Amino acid sequence: MNARPDFLLTVENLTVSFDGFKAVNGLSFYVEPNECRVIIGPNGAGKTTVLDLICGRTRATDGKVEFKGQDLLKMREDQIVHAGVGRKFQTPTVYEDLTVFENLEISYPKGHGVFGALMFRRDDPVKERIHEIASVVFLDDLLDMKAAFLSHGQKQWLEIGMLLIQDPELLMLDEPVAGMSVAERKQTAELLNRIIQDRSVIVIEHDMKFVEDIATRVTVLHQGKVLSEGSMAHVQADPKVIEVYLGH
Amino acid sequence: MFAKDNKLFSTGDIVGFVVLAVLIFIVLPAGLDTFRLNLFGKYLTYAFVAIGLVLCWGAGGILSLGQGVFFGLGGYCMAMFLKLEASTPEATKIQSTPGIPDFMDWNQITALPMWWEPFNSLTFSLIAVVLVPVIFAFIIGVAMFRRRVGGVYFAIITQAIAAIMTILIIGQQGYTGGVNGITDLRTLLGWDIRTDEAKVILYFVNAVLLFVCLFVAQFIRKSKLGRILIAMRDQEDRVRFSGYDVANFKIFVFCAGAAFAAIGGAMFTLQVGFMSPSFVGIVPSIEMVIFCAVGGRLSILGAVYGALLVNLAKTTFSEMFPELWLLGLGALFIAVVLAFPNGLAGLYKDYVEPRLMALFKKKADDGGGRNFDSIKAPAE
Amino acid sequence: MFADYTMGELGAIFAMQGFAGLILFSVFVLMALGLAIIFGQMGVINMAHGEFMILGAYVTYITSNLFADYLPSLFSIYFFIAMILAFFVTAALGMLVEWSLIRHLYKRPLDTLLATWGLSLILQQIYRSVFGAREVGVTIPDWMMGSLPLTDLIEVPINGIFVMVLAISISVAVYFMMYRSSWGKQVRAVTQNRVMAGAVGINTERTDRLTFGIGCGVAGVAGSAFTMIGSTGPTAGQLYIVDTFLVVVFGGAASLLGTIASAFSISQAQSIMEFFLSGSMAKVLTLLTVVGILMLRPQGLFALKLRK
Repeated sequence: MNARPDFLLTVENLTVSFDGFKAVNGLSFYVEPNECRVIIGPNGAGKTTVLDLICGRTRATDGKVEFKGQDLLKMREDQIVHAGVGRKFQTPTVYEDLTVFENLEISYPKGHGVFGALMFRRDDPVKERIHEIASVVFLDDLLDMKAAFLSHGQKQWLEIGMLLIQDPELLMLDEPVAGMSVAERKQTAELLNRIIQDRSVIVIEHDMKFVEDIATRVTVLHQGKVLSEGSMAHVQADPKVIEVYLGH
Repeated sequence: MFAKDNKLFSTGDIVGFVVLAVLIFIVLPAGLDTFRLNLFGKYLTYAFVAIGLVLCWGAGGILSLGQGVFFGLGGYCMAMFLKLEASTPEATKIQSTPGIPDFMDWNQITALPMWWEPFNSLTFSLIAVVLVPVIFAFIIGVAMFRRRVGGVYFAIITQAIAAIMTILIIGQQGYTGGVNGITDLRTLLGWDIRTDEAKVILYFVNAVLLFVCLFVAQFIRKSKLGRILIAMRDQEDRVRFSGYDVANFKIFVFCAGAAFAAIGGAMFTLQVGFMSPSFVGIVPSIEMVIFCAVGGRLSILGAVYGALLVNLAKTTFSEMFPELWLLGLGALFIAVVLAFPNGLAGLYKDYVEPRLMALFKKKADDGGGRNFDSIKAPAE
Repeated sequence: MFADYTMGELGAIFAMQGFAGLILFSVFVLMALGLAIIFGQMGVINMAHGEFMILGAYVTYITSNLFADYLPSLFSIYFFIAMILAFFVTAALGMLVEWSLIRHLYKRPLDTLLATWGLSLILQQIYRSVFGAREVGVTIPDWMMGSLPLTDLIEVPINGIFVMVLAISISVAVYFMMYRSSWGKQVRAVTQNRVMAGAVGINTERTDRLTFGIGCGVAGVAGSAFTMIGSTGPTAGQLYIVDTFLVVVFGGAASLLGTIASAFSISQAQSIMEFFLSGSMAKVLTLLTVVGILMLRPQGLFALKLRK
């Protein structure tokens, strides 16, 4: 099976085994440019592990992950980021001791080497870009606040902002609306709808209404394998999916 | 709208640097006799180590229990040069092999080992003072941080390295002077370092070097790299997935800490006149951490005060109540960790500075620049 | 170098050297078991572990003196009573330390390291003030002296055999405690998921305190055993601490079997090298090898590959 060149991301036969337990087992799927792919599945289906494997956090036992013709399995995490893959974690992961501005500044795609970071200057383009992103994620009034004092939802937004500032071609979001209030959830849905326009996105989400809103295609994982794939309507009608979700 | 210029010095920093400079360059030299001044010069050599630990441990979360190794390597490189200069054939003519250091002669070594030869050159020795420890730190750093060894494991392994280094130095006494170290150092290019005048000059050289290191440390912590260190300490994975090769930053800051410690070690040798394994091993290395912790693990200026105060207390107490010193030091470790995790700098920040500011009716100028001292110690 | 010996003598040398290695192995196991509980299971860095061992040794020293003075008829068995006393005294101190110090620092492992170092300094000073700076030795009962001739050339010291038997029995006891008793299950539940363990009704605070206490108690018994093969001084604990931590880390911190395997490999390596090199170089080479292997395999010899 050869990867079609028009796919942005090719995942083939991906397998990882933790002391014999195969959390992801022979998984294959393909993401096209500008596609919004939602991964759903019951707890322990291996959803987060798939994202970990793509972004290099976990090393695969076997298989292939190709992004724009580059073999991601052979690259370090930071190289994968520079190739254009951004990753948001399930729990909001921001630098609590730094301000919102500094959080965004660290993610600004310049000065990433040791000496680049030493010599990094906070010039006008940097400041403008940070202000721009901060207003996209509703934090432009809180730039000087320490991230520790943000609400849970605001931390989620900040982390999304930290990804946006890198302008990744493939954005991977792990449960971006989990733990949010209803109002925050609505605001986040709008935010995500806006930012997924010019890029490919892989989202893990449980909120079915939210999924229906944003998904181009849906992949259902079960026990580390693809159970079903297609449009939302297609997977919802798939008897195997109904069996897994409702069968026991 | 936002004052986002990242100044190298905030007003508070300038005040802190000036106060420390006045203390070190004016108050101490004016108020102390040469013997005491030399003692304070010795304390200040530990401040170099403590500054490096602020960067590694306070900011970067990397606790090294092997800083004595770098202090010692720097000190030994300096001592080797001075020893060779003191071991002229005339000065050592009673030995069975004149012209080699006395401890080699006592250990039946009849020729200067090859790796001692280059230390006949002052230029080489001065470069080696910094480069040998930095290369060593680089090797350790690459091996550990590339394999993602961190936290507690890093602390334990660096402690083991300190133990290995001590055993090695003591065991190879023919080449290292063994447990006594390299002693009886006399002149630097013919200039007698044992005179009172030399001691005063060396004190000032030491003080200037300390401020150079303080400026470098200030530059590092105020740069984006300084903020990345804090980010790394709190959320290493997020930094990695923001496109940074985390290991490189850890290696850099560990090497910087080693370089500072090494300069301190070389100045120690010059001011005290000898170097021995008792400044290399587990105990001195962990004491260096307490200098940093007492001063405030996040404050480079605090580290200098910490080194001064703990050593002053050590000298005073161990002269007056030798029984009590160890108890006091132990209690200090526990108290700092339990009650004052941000050390003196934290107390200053919480209690003194607000009052000072109120006194001057002047708004604290954070300048938007990151003020390290205001950051709380990591929760975990 | 072997030319001067006959084959029989060579065999005897290797057997004796191997036996010396086994005694060293027992010593390492005894040192490491307590730490494997405290560090391996609880994740607490106890730098005062060596001082807890020394406390056990001093308890044994006091007991031996008391028996010599008041119960000379029972002197030959005083050691067993001393061991039990050593266990309870050090365990009690351990629980006190956990309550006053460690429990505030569970989330700050590096700070625990510094605080327990402070504790070790205080304990050292106390030992020095109470027992004096000089090393003390206990009187070994007669039946433990001398050695057992296996062949004409090979003799093994009885106290060495005793330490070995002790190491094995304590390992077995710790194994049953950790992996076969309900208490051990609680300990492992608490260390793996504190919140959840609390939610299902385990008293996590009490479990922590008991675990720490038992870890220290095992250290005390180890210290007690050491009096059979050497003398005790106030700073002797510090000599053990690096070795002990390396044994535990090298074995893979959470694995009891790993701890024993690593104690075996490190002790054998060291005693074999000691035959060819000077003592200090053998030590340096052993430690360097361990550190080198840890750099290649930071998780230690025996560690599970976990899903993050």
